[in-house]
Amino acid sequence: MLQNIKRTLRHGYRIGIKDLTVFSRSRMRLVSFIIMPIFMMVLMGYIFPSQNSLKNAPLGVVNMDQGPLGNQIVSALNQPIPGQNDKLFSLTYLTDEAEAIKRIKEGEINGAIIIPADFSGRITGNEQGTLTVITDQSNPQISMLLSGTLNGLMSEISARLGEEKIASLVPGIDNTQVVIKPFVIETRGVVPGEPNYFEFMAPGLMAMVIMTACMTGLAGSISRERELGTLDGILSAPISRLSIVVGKSFAQGVRGIIQAVITLLLAIGLFGVVIHGNVGLLALLLVLTVFSFIGIGIIISAISSEQETAMIIMTALTFPAIFLSGAFFPLQQMPAAMQWISRLNPLSYSVGALRKCIVLGTNISGMMTEIWVMVGFGVIFVAIAVPFFSKVINR
Amino acid sequence: MNIIEVENLTRRFDQLTAVDHITFQVKKGEIFGFLGPNGAGKSTAMRMLCTLLRPTEGSALVSGFDIVREANKVREHIGLVAEKLILYDELTAAENLALFGRLNNLSEKGIKSGIDKWLGRLRMEQWRNHRVGDFSTGMKQRINIARSLLHHPDVLILDEPTLGLDPQTTRAIHEFILELSREGITVLLTTHDMTEAESISHRIGIMDKARIVALDTTKKLKKLLSGGDTTRVDIEIINLSEAILSKVKELENVVSLIQEDTYRMRLQVAGSNTIGAIVNTITSAGGQIRAINTVEPNLEDVFLHLTGREMRDRTSENASAPAGHHRRRTNSRVR
Ligand SMILES: Nc1ncnc2c1ncn2[C@@H]1O[C@H](COP(=O)(O)OP(=O)(O)O)[C@@H](O)[C@H]1O
Ligand SMILES: [Mg+2]
Repeated sequence: MLQNIKRTLRHGYRIGIKDLTVFSRSRMRLVSFIIMPIFMMVLMGYIFPSQNSLKNAPLGVVNMDQGPLGNQIVSALNQPIPGQNDKLFSLTYLTDEAEAIKRIKEGEINGAIIIPADFSGRITGNEQGTLTVITDQSNPQISMLLSGTLNGLMSEISARLGEEKIASLVPGIDNTQVVIKPFVIETRGVVPGEPNYFEFMAPGLMAMVIMTACMTGLAGSISRERELGTLDGILSAPISRLSIVVGKSFAQGVRGIIQAVITLLLAIGLFGVVIHGNVGLLALLLVLTVFSFIGIGIIISAISSEQETAMIIMTALTFPAIFLSGAFFPLQQMPAAMQWISRLNPLSYSVGALRKCIVLGTNISGMMTEIWVMVGFGVIFVAIAVPFFSKVINR
Repeated sequence: MNIIEVENLTRRFDQLTAVDHITFQVKKGEIFGFLGPNGAGKSTAMRMLCTLLRPTEGSALVSGFDIVREANKVREHIGLVAEKLILYDELTAAENLALFGRLNNLSEKGIKSGIDKWLGRLRMEQWRNHRVGDFSTGMKQRINIARSLLHHPDVLILDEPTLGLDPQTTRAIHEFILELSREGITVLLTTHDMTEAESISHRIGIMDKARIVALDTTKKLKKLLSGGDTTRVDIEIINLSEAILSKVKELENVVSLIQEDTYRMRLQVAGSNTIGAIVNTITSAGGQIRAINTVEPNLEDVFLHLTGREMRDRTSENASAPAGHHRRRTNSRVR
């Protein structure tokens, strides 16, 4: 038994090493392998402007405040970017929220800030004020940057007001919240601002390249060998069919992880992404991502040996998987039904855990759900895939 | 002792029956050739014996093991040269051999000595550390054959092993196959080239439309055709005369004789040692022979006889040959 397992793993290792050697010696495939993440990153960089590049963003302002604070906030929004002639926002003054929503829908402005009528009054009356930010749902990237910038700006103003209030502290104030944070910002429709869009995106790209390697890559690798005829050599060798699965998965997993690491290094080097979490944990998450997809990849490879159209099934699977994973678009923005579907998507958990690890520096205890779900997906699909593969591969 | 026993082996792909109840045995050390046109089902039959395809019906034992229930045992005992090369272009000759040696559980020492031995025998030793992708088709096939032999198989299965190779390599491979057979390796090969089947097989199974239509030695297959071993001989004589014609006609083994033109006569002869007597008779009658062509019935004729069709697809393979003239001439010129 143990002997058999060792032998299976040894044969699998040989097949995997062979795959990697063959791959590393085919220049064309190697080049596209390295170019792909670079291309994706740069493309994303152009499509989604970084926060620094935000200037003269059209923003609606509805200032209904009769007191001085509303005007203070408006003039803060109107400040030029330090050291530049451009302003962060190009302001359009509007009369009410309905008009703001109309303008956003028409695409004239990317968002609006609403200062309520009694804003100054509440704050001077030692109550907490509320600012409302309305973002453009159809343009999540811009609105995310917008709300991020607004948040930053507002908390500065808010903190200054707080200090002023403490300085003029009147005995008898019991609401400390009001002192520390005189007003809060209510953002509607998007996740709270991301400090760097690439930090949001890099984990998504990493999970995506691993998924692609495990699904498209695995099926491609097997059908390529079938076409070349070399698969007959492997299948007519006295080895367990499991060795083939192990070897191919190993090679594709290594390729996926290398590509994910290239993606991360690019994000760090070119876009200033910082890994806040533990690198060991990150490595574990990458391996788990491979594991959670490999079973599905094997099933599809086995099917694609029957008909090449399975490649179409693959595309039909990977695209929704990417969009319903939160890799590029925040899940919170999606309709409830889509959010439910995304919970059945292993990629969601991989992206979620990677994001926690890289961006938030969460430790392993903070992502046990994601880890167990990935392990679960992997175990279930591998358990289905291996017997299925052995049955189908010798037709 | 039969090393391969096949009984009613059948394979269907949906509606199409690619192999239809074939039954045959192969003895140890024998070279058994499957001859048939493209699409006859030769490769499908071989793939079942290699455990690469499951039979729909029937059974087969290879080296005493059942091809379905004991597939891995069968795999240990066979070497496979399939229609497509089982080699990775990106790996060197030695790396390819080592990979398959390891998958066949050879020791590292066994792999090394096996590589030395087989590359040596196939005259490829100087290429061991070169990438297979840089080789010519003939060189690749030599490495491919070395790969199939590395783990000492009892049975070598060759599916169209010389397809698309140059004549020298083809001849070298034929000689090599004969050598292997003498060393006790059983060879099962397929071909749609009757010359190949005839020149190296001990026995031939003629396959057509998924069935074995005839199975025997070449000699006996040819007897199917004429009912005896008659040979057609065309003789060209510079000074052909009535006297010569009548003298030859009197010879015991000459079944029939016709004068074809001023110089040539065509005769049908029985027995194998008749040509010497004919030549003697002609020369002693003062005839000067310019050429003798013995036109044997070949396997193509046998196929035509058995199936009512020609084996080759003439439009693709033999466009220039005149209709009905598919004969291999063994042309022996005298002086
Ligand atoms: N995997 C397959 N699926 C469907 N049909 C097949 C398959 N393999 C072979 N065939 C069909 O079976 C028949 C026999 O093919 P094959 O065994 O390759 O013939 P040969 O080797 O004698 O040229 C052909 O009609 C071929 O199209
Ligand atoms: Mg064939």
